Amino acid sequence: MRRTAITGIGVVAPGGTVRKEFWDLLTEGRTATRRLSFFDPTQFRSQIAAECDFDPAAAGLTPQEIARNDRFVQFALAAATEAVADSGLDLGRDGADSADGADGGGPVVAVSMGSAVGATTRLEDEYVVASDSGRDWLVDPVYASSFLYHALVPSCLATEVACRFSAHGPAHVVSTGCTSGIDAVGYGHQLIADGEADIVIAGATDAPLSPISIACFDAIRATSARNDDPEHASRPFDASRDGFVMGEGSAVLILEDLEHARARGAHVYCEITGYAARSNAFHMTGLKADGLDMAEAISDALRQGRTDPTRIGYVNAHGSGTKQNDRHETAAFKKSLGQHAYDVPVSSIKSMVGHSLGAIGAIEIVACALAIENRVVPPTANWSSRDPECDLDYVPNIAREHDVDVALSVGSGFGGFQSAIVLDRGRGDR
Amino acid sequence: MSATRAGLRPVITGIGAVTPSGIGTEEHWRSTLRGELRVGPITSFDASRYATTLAGEVTGFDPADHIGGRIILQTDRWTWLGMAATGFALTDAAYNPAAYDPYATSVVFGAGSGGNDFGQREIQRLWSRGRQAVSVYQSIAWFYAATTGQTSIQHGIKGPSGVVVSDDAGGLDSLAQARRTIRRGTPVVLAGGAEAGLTPYALTCQTTSGRLSTSREPRGGYKPFDRDAGGHVPAEGGATLVVEDPASAAARGAPGVYAEIAGYAATHDAYHHRDPTPDPRWYAEAMRRALADARLTPADVDVIFADGAGSRDLDEVEARAIHAAFGAHAERVPVTAPQGLTGRMSAGGSALAAVNAVLSIRDGVIPAVGNLDDPAPEYRLDLVRVPREAPVRVAMVNARGYGGFNSSLILRAVDPATTDGGIR
Repeated sequence: MRRTAITGIGVVAPGGTVRKEFWDLLTEGRTATRRLSFFDPTQFRSQIAAECDFDPAAAGLTPQEIARNDRFVQFALAAATEAVADSGLDLGRDGADSADGADGGGPVVAVSMGSAVGATTRLEDEYVVASDSGRDWLVDPVYASSFLYHALVPSCLATEVACRFSAHGPAHVVSTGCTSGIDAVGYGHQLIADGEADIVIAGATDAPLSPISIACFDAIRATSARNDDPEHASRPFDASRDGFVMGEGSAVLILEDLEHARARGAHVYCEITGYAARSNAFHMTGLKADGLDMAEAISDALRQGRTDPTRIGYVNAHGSGTKQNDRHETAAFKKSLGQHAYDVPVSSIKSMVGHSLGAIGAIEIVACALAIENRVVPPTANWSSRDPECDLDYVPNIAREHDVDVALSVGSGFGGFQSAIVLDRGRGDR
Repeated sequence: MSATRAGLRPVITGIGAVTPSGIGTEEHWRSTLRGELRVGPITSFDASRYATTLAGEVTGFDPADHIGGRIILQTDRWTWLGMAATGFALTDAAYNPAAYDPYATSVVFGAGSGGNDFGQREIQRLWSRGRQAVSVYQSIAWFYAATTGQTSIQHGIKGPSGVVVSDDAGGLDSLAQARRTIRRGTPVVLAGGAEAGLTPYALTCQTTSGRLSTSREPRGGYKPFDRDAGGHVPAEGGATLVVEDPASAAARGAPGVYAEIAGYAATHDAYHHRDPTPDPRWYAEAMRRALADARLTPADVDVIFADGAGSRDLDEVEARAIHAAFGAHAERVPVTAPQGLTGRMSAGGSALAAVNAVLSIRDGVIPAVGNLDDPAPEYRLDLVRVPREAPVRVAMVNARGYGGFNSSLILRAVDPATTDGGIR
């Protein structure tokens, strides 16, 4: 079976809108959570978010790309541009058929991008106008802007990325809620493994910081209400955690057939050696404490690469900071990794960049790839008090130098989705 | 599950449809073969002020006939239609996921615009009455994974599940992901898609695509391959297919095997965010790659279920793509697009096209192009005008999504001698 290399990385995250800034934030253990500034959050239970200070024009987007796209697509275009440049691939010049040779026999370039909530923000903003602040059920079509269909169906994300980079291979958006990022990268890995594509522009993006998003998580008390202390509100695995802090952002990875990457002398960050998903068939938002189904996903992902759990040098946890999640996945790590669960560093970068719903899974894969590359494990910020049910090594507050050959990243989301992906430095044959 | 079984051809063992043509597969199919136009003025709200006033609505549908009352409260109409179609498909396949290893079944649906009715209502409540008025179910009802998640819970399904979005091509792409999943060791996957976008705001959004018909006459609404084609009308509905490892179908004694997924490929035009490319090359390339994947040639194809966009420019590109991919056979292979009878239902539409193809293989009859009065002769295609009885062994199903998605799926009848399943 063909092997999948990661040869390019791009990130737009709170506190760091390019790869290096993002990694600096993580390794310095700084938090990018703050009081919501995009709109007045006073009426809401949770008034905190991890916002990106993002300038789409500075990121190289054209005025028309900015005008027609919701912020979630803008993030992705910026992250994809950084990733493609990082890979050294010459994508985006059509006409010469360099990108994909129906005739010329060039590599097939696919797009596999995740998003949980798509263009929610733009759809809400425009709805408020067309309905006159929710007064009219029969919205006034005269107030509809030109690009509302682009917003309605989130596949516009794949289209925009494909167009920017002349990617003529298969293209889709994966939308499995909060595991969208892992699943989109995982599906991209499958496309390479099965020979359906040679290169995949894979990643995820979300920009959910709008009133309806805050309101719907308020309604189920899933988000933190630590409004008097936003910088320390995201507290994964800490005994005083009280919910997640919503974030936004994007990460894009260039996945490439390892042979193709080697032939062109590309820098290979690491390989993807396993990806698996399970559902809990239990509850749309609830989790059973035993972590069984996430453990199944982890074990399957490890089996695919014949990876012994003891080789894992870093576990990037979902670590959302809700009471039930952090218990659930601590149990899942113990079930799937055995005694090694107690030895391996486990951390949640959501403590610093918040939970950007579908995007975070891809952002966390990037954190794993950079941990392997730089031999540093990012910490769990804001950790100060032990929860007896969360008794692993969560790398409290300070990054740790550590040789990571294999990293595991997991995600868990509404709908019962549980996903796991395994990154491997390689087997000494590069 | 580590080894991928390349070349394994999953089979279709169950189908279910909920469409403007019928609630249930056979009702839908009978209406389709009779050529009954199910496009009409929108009745779910007063659409008179909108540019498009026609749609294909699923009428007489009571969710309580299909799912529990508690789930109904938590979900949007889109999820009701998808779960109802899934119920029909499981019954058809005589498959109850809860009776098997929970990890042996997956759900992979194509999604379109999510939970429109639920979502619009809750945003309206937020802005008119404040955040306390927002439903506790908003976070799980409107997002694109709602139907997949609820389906997995209802049927006790724990295998690798997913949601793919590629506009109208999503139903076919879900079948492709089902194939990848089965090749990785999950025996049974529920695939397909549904859509329910007939709400004031979702319709408003759709009208900005520039692809909707503005006809006020149902007969003039959606006319694939017609000289008077002037866009499409939106529709609600969807279809689910039970896709299965042939060994699993045999081992559990599935009542029958309709067809196998023999080939699939997808491309993207990567041309323009909205405007269709005048170049049929990438669409043709999807068809060529799907045939190559199936190890078949154009001469083997007995029918094409076309995308049938219903506008002159897109229909013309599709005709040229078929000519490019099929060469001399392009004028010989029957081409149909029964969706002219119902309108387009996003990812649900291409899932339904796959179901229609399965039914053609089963019954040896090709349904006519829907609502076609005056075929454009310059397309030089054998457009099916009345249901045509003919043995159908190989069906190509094509779908295109807004923005440039091209997907092509090859379904093939299964020779009883080569499987333990047998043809129905």
